[in-house]
Amino acid sequence: MVGTLAACGSSSDDGGDGSGSGGSKTVTLVSHDSWAASKDVIAAFEKNSGYKVKVLEDGDAGQAVNKAILTKDNPQGDVFFGVDNTLLSRALDNGLFQPYEAKGSDLVLPEYRADRDKHRVTPVDTGDICVNYDKAYFAEHGLTPPKTLDDLVKPEYKDLLVTENAGSSSPGLGFLLGTAAKYGDAGWEGYWKKLKSNGVKVVDSWEQAYNEEFSGSAGGKKAKGDRPLVVSYASSPPVEVVYADPQPATAPTGVADGTCFRQVEYAGLLSNAKNPEGGKALLDFLLSESFQEDMPLNMFVYPVREGAQVPEVFSKFGPQAKDPQTLDPVKIADNRDQWVKSWTSLVLK
Amino acid sequence: MALPVAFFAVFFAYPVAAIVARGLEVDGVWQLGRIGDVLAQSDVRHVLWFTTWQALASTGLTLLVALPGAYVFARFDFPGKQVLRAVVTVPFVLPTVVVGTAFLALVGRGGLLDELWGMRLDTTVWAILLAHVFFNYAVVVRTVGGLWSQLDPRQEEAARMLGASRLRAWRQVTLPALAPAVAAAALMVFLFTFTSFGVVQILGGPTFSTLEVEIYRQTSQVFDLSTAAVLTLIQFAAVVAVLAVHAWTVRRRESALRLVDAATTARRPRGAGQWALLAGVLGVIAVLLVLPLAVLVQRSLGASGFGYYRALTREDGGAFLVPPIEAIGNSLQYAVAATAIAVVIGALAATALTRRDAGRFVRGFDALLMLPLGVSAVTVGFGFLIALDEPPLDLRASWILVPLAQALVGVPFVVRTMLPVLRAVDGRLREAAAVLGASPWRVWREVDLPMVRRALLVAAGFAFAVSLGEFGATVFIARPDNPTLPVAVARLLGRPGDMNYGQAMALSTILMLVCAVALVVLERLRTDRSGEF
Repeated sequence: MVGTLAACGSSSDDGGDGSGSGGSKTVTLVSHDSWAASKDVIAAFEKNSGYKVKVLEDGDAGQAVNKAILTKDNPQGDVFFGVDNTLLSRALDNGLFQPYEAKGSDLVLPEYRADRDKHRVTPVDTGDICVNYDKAYFAEHGLTPPKTLDDLVKPEYKDLLVTENAGSSSPGLGFLLGTAAKYGDAGWEGYWKKLKSNGVKVVDSWEQAYNEEFSGSAGGKKAKGDRPLVVSYASSPPVEVVYADPQPATAPTGVADGTCFRQVEYAGLLSNAKNPEGGKALLDFLLSESFQEDMPLNMFVYPVREGAQVPEVFSKFGPQAKDPQTLDPVKIADNRDQWVKSWTSLVLK
Repeated sequence: MALPVAFFAVFFAYPVAAIVARGLEVDGVWQLGRIGDVLAQSDVRHVLWFTTWQALASTGLTLLVALPGAYVFARFDFPGKQVLRAVVTVPFVLPTVVVGTAFLALVGRGGLLDELWGMRLDTTVWAILLAHVFFNYAVVVRTVGGLWSQLDPRQEEAARMLGASRLRAWRQVTLPALAPAVAAAALMVFLFTFTSFGVVQILGGPTFSTLEVEIYRQTSQVFDLSTAAVLTLIQFAAVVAVLAVHAWTVRRRESALRLVDAATTARRPRGAGQWALLAGVLGVIAVLLVLPLAVLVQRSLGASGFGYYRALTREDGGAFLVPPIEAIGNSLQYAVAATAIAVVIGALAATALTRRDAGRFVRGFDALLMLPLGVSAVTVGFGFLIALDEPPLDLRASWILVPLAQALVGVPFVVRTMLPVLRAVDGRLREAAAVLGASPWRVWREVDLPMVRRALLVAAGFAFAVSLGEFGATVFIARPDNPTLPVAVARLLGRPGDMNYGQAMALSTILMLVCAVALVVLERLRTDRSGEF
């Protein structure tokens, strides 16, 4: 129903809603195009809070953040959702958000909290960027799938991996950051040299890597993809199950548990929000149990709230990595551009 | 004239200037030194070099492959010609996200080339060049073929009667008449390939980058607006230069040629040579243009009983807030609105441009109206975002933004289609009507309109097809509750899973069919004096 409601909300007062007066009954959420939520969960929020939710999706994650920064003086909405730990500092340094401590913040698992003193952002979900493997390929060739980053440079996995351009793709960047976290400033370039001589293929986008090159995905099978290893998400296997007709008993793909980099996505109240009260209510809602438990099968991410239940199909086929690589957002901010530059000249040229 | 100028200024010049200024102006001071800094980077010079040479190579290859096609369409009559002419135009109006994937199936792994000769071209520059031929074949066939079909073949025959060899007659009679059209087509292909985005991104892999791709990356990912602004200016300068030359060749082309009705010049092929030529051209079209499109259709039928198509009506798709099928309705509504805007603006501009007293400035405006074709969509999209955010121009949340952006791309086609026809209207008719007391509006209605009615319909149809396929700017502003077909396809491709992939192929096929139908209808409306598209 979100769509219909949003459409009604916008057609009645096009050009002004969400940016109307402070007492507006519409609250506008700006997000990237992976945003999704069940209609009944949204409807319940609308009923309880009295606010109508309007959603504006603004391209991929990086693009959405950049657009929000460009329009921060006169924002398109009240709340922005979808800035992750790789871009968090860009948003904070540009003054995108104003402080608000959402209800339920104390229930957020400690490892996902950020900006603790100022509360400019609220963690909402988390997900892992991991190497996925094509189960059929490895069974057929009597080969054990790789488990760790170290495995990927071994000769038996030569020419099997496809990844994304770290300069233009968010999983590509995540994978690079994972290697930087694991091997450190002194070691990650050496690791990539080995990866390169072991035949890693780099394409520009996740779509291409996953749908064209990877032999284990539905699209890749049709495109006769010949790479049985791809950098994707820990949640990709359950998606392969949920969006298959009929649904298979097991996922056709698996996750190499020791290759994961953890992403956390945050939401925040936009600095010049026209409807800050509505925005605060919306942030509370994003941390509420009903929304947190609704996320997995809509956005294929994990909740950050303690005790939030995850549907079985999700936890069964896409368990969270046990020991993912992580990096402090400040460290990412300081090094991201330089790392991407070095990576580009090392791997692409 | 006032309306097109205002439209162009508000919805193109102002947003683009705003985003460039955001990148280059710091505290009110222009950082023009940035231009030198950026140009000094070897990466940037490499991009510039690649952009230029691949565009030159693409243009050459497209002419080589498509000129025989232009001849065949102009001079031969064969069954299904009208439908085929529409079919070869389909790639031109389809978004690259849709066909890039299919094209990969042709030249990539396991593709036709791979199976026949074990040859893979993906991530090579050949894939880019071939895809550019695929997308721009129609530009040459329509621009050159359109004129060729109206050249009186008797002129060449007369030359031969007077003793000239076949080659000499062609070189001295036909070639000079055709040259400006060939030049115009070449420049348009150069413009489209110079600013190539999707093709290079999808087929070239991360190692090939054009200016347009780099502008997108700097704006959208790296968020280095000042580098993006410099690159935008560089591309701008190049495009203006191309358009200036184009405007000049177009004017030369409109110089007096004795043109005849296209219907009288085409005949059935005679002799083995002509049949072989026809077969060759049809073969090229089949392999290079029809096959990639067929791959889309084939993949959309992957699930039994049209499963992917049936899934389009389901509301629990996940990737959307609405059933994907609604994208068709959205696309049609947007395209109708965009067409209306483009036709009004384009027709007014074309009328102003044909006025006898049109001065240098007005003629320059002709080229300016083409600029949106050469400026990157991300620049226009981000420009919209920061420029149109305050009353009375607070349009960011309005549905009209999508048709406006699409109309920007449609207007050039309307102008190019209308201009030659309007210029052919004898000015004395208008003067006579005016002398007899008709108001300017009445003169237009009773003199011009009956003559240009068909051209107007053709222009509208083309603007409609272009709007349907427009992706670059739309993706920046389309709203989640109202995705267009290309946006929906891109979104579905962005998610894993068989159903999402299949639905993307099904929607692509639908988009292709809608475009094809629009173009077939156009073929039936073809004017006797065809425009440039």
